[in-house]
Amino acid sequence: MATLEHSETPGEVAGDGVRRRDFINIAAVSFAGVGAATVLLPLINQMNPSADVLALASIEVDLAAIKEGQAIKTIFRKQPLFVRHLTAAEIAAADKVDAASLRDPQTLEQRTLAGKKQWLITMGVCTHLGCVPLGAGEGEVKGEFGGYFCPCHGSHYDTAARIRKGPAPKNLEVPVYKFASDTVVQVG
Amino acid sequence: MSFPWANHYAPKHPLMRWLDEKLPLPRLVYNAVGAGYPVPRNLNYFWNFGVLSGAALGIQLITGIILAMHYAANGLVAFDSVEHIMRDVNSGWMLRYAHANGASFFFIVVYLHIFRGLYYGSYKAPREMVWLLGLVIFLLMMATAFMGYVLPWGQMSFWGAKVITGLFGAIPVVGGPIQTWLLGGFAPDNAALNRFFSLHYLLPFVIAAVIILHIWALHIPGSNNPTGVDVKGPQDTVPFHPYYTAKDGFGLGVFLLLYCGMLFFAPNYMGHPDNYIAANPLSTPAHIVPEWYFWPFYAILRAFTFDIWFIPAKLLGVIAMFASILLLFFLPWLDKSPVRSGNYRPAFKKFFVLLVIDVLILGYCGGAPAEEPYVMISQLAAAYYFAHFLIILPIVSKLEKPLPLPNSITEAVLAKSGQA
Repeated sequence: MATLEHSETPGEVAGDGVRRRDFINIAAVSFAGVGAATVLLPLINQMNPSADVLALASIEVDLAAIKEGQAIKTIFRKQPLFVRHLTAAEIAAADKVDAASLRDPQTLEQRTLAGKKQWLITMGVCTHLGCVPLGAGEGEVKGEFGGYFCPCHGSHYDTAARIRKGPAPKNLEVPVYKFASDTVVQVG
Repeated sequence: MSFPWANHYAPKHPLMRWLDEKLPLPRLVYNAVGAGYPVPRNLNYFWNFGVLSGAALGIQLITGIILAMHYAANGLVAFDSVEHIMRDVNSGWMLRYAHANGASFFFIVVYLHIFRGLYYGSYKAPREMVWLLGLVIFLLMMATAFMGYVLPWGQMSFWGAKVITGLFGAIPVVGGPIQTWLLGGFAPDNAALNRFFSLHYLLPFVIAAVIILHIWALHIPGSNNPTGVDVKGPQDTVPFHPYYTAKDGFGLGVFLLLYCGMLFFAPNYMGHPDNYIAANPLSTPAHIVPEWYFWPFYAILRAFTFDIWFIPAKLLGVIAMFASILLLFFLPWLDKSPVRSGNYRPAFKKFFVLLVIDVLILGYCGGAPAEEPYVMISQLAAAYYFAHFLIILPIVSKLEKPLPLPNSITEAVLAKSGQA
């Protein structure tokens, strides 16, 4: 090591061609780089959903009032939720289709809870670009397959809310839910 | 750089001489947009649109800063605060209409500016950087306009925000988290509105900064001209001031007449009635369309209704839409013809007209509902758009036999006046 008496000049080249200043340079700039990157993290992360947005509690939906063939629209995490009481004919129509032939292969069983096949609960958000499909409200167009129809870019969903025609890539999303009692379902 | 015969800044007043020594800002202005900048003598009225774009940005900045004094970027009151501007704020209706129509007029003059550059080969060497910076400005303008349209928090604002951020959701694997990150939630809400307002206020100043770079890059080779022939000597140029300040001033007058005509007599013509309904996350408008200046790109987005191999239609549309703009960044290297001006390129001229028609068709389809025959027409038109730049231009620039070029700008000007 250099001492005060034999100090190397800062620009002096050692035997291996590396100057002491090169090391200081690299070390200082690397540390500054790591520091800058660390500061960047919160600057980017602040844009993610805040705690109050994430904390939106789960909701309970009372099914007693929904008659067979009816559907309701409610709000779950600031997005529309469709709860539909399927008729026997609609269940039969959904079961008749060979799931393997679909764009997003799923059977009605996979999209409903065991023993509660008549309750189809899905997000009301088209998987194409996020519009609200029609078909849940009274008198709305249900599309060519009797389920939902998205007016924005013409996606047709069937009675199991599976994508059948149009640009959407996936079936309507089924949120996590469970039956709190026979007539009350807890979503989220 | 400037031409050696450019006028030299020589302040006479002692105060100006003093200022020139301490801070030569008047000198900078004189050399940039004053008598110190020599410009080809033969520019036609298509060369007005750069200055007009700058004027449109100025209008947007002034009206926008004022509107921000009365607007509240909160999902609960944003819609009401816009109505407050329209009904209660003194002259608020005029300022808001001026801002909304100002955006449309900004795009009108910028599109004319872009097509001027396309026709007269202004993107070619040595002006590639001018073209590239111009495209950056165009992208920034699109982002600014989109975010500005969200601020009134009407139905079109809300669903526009949902659909456009949904485009990012099409990206495989990371798309969903990116969309959530952009919105700060699972659907457009207060967080999204606030950040859009913040960025909508910021980006115009970024645009102004890039415009300075755009002009700086332009002034190194100097302006192109309708013949596309390089400036050869002092006889080919006139000083920017007073010659083109006067010509641009006249153009500005015409522009303002048209703008005010729209602003005072048909302020809602280019808007959507749905945006006067407050945002409702539970009800999608029957027909979501963006503002007219996005229609050609929206048509390309919707043209993909089928999967190709493993790539889903949704992603293809998004890729194609972004590609249609990114493609333009490669234009200086796709068109290899050394002749700049379309006036001397008979084949290019015809294809240029076809491209303009094609973009107009795309625009029409982008504003139409997503049903036949518009889907098929936009598919064909989108295919032609890409073919124009990727196939036709490179081939034409190889095979075409250009007309003889004039020896100089002056020769072209004198020949024209001789015939008249």
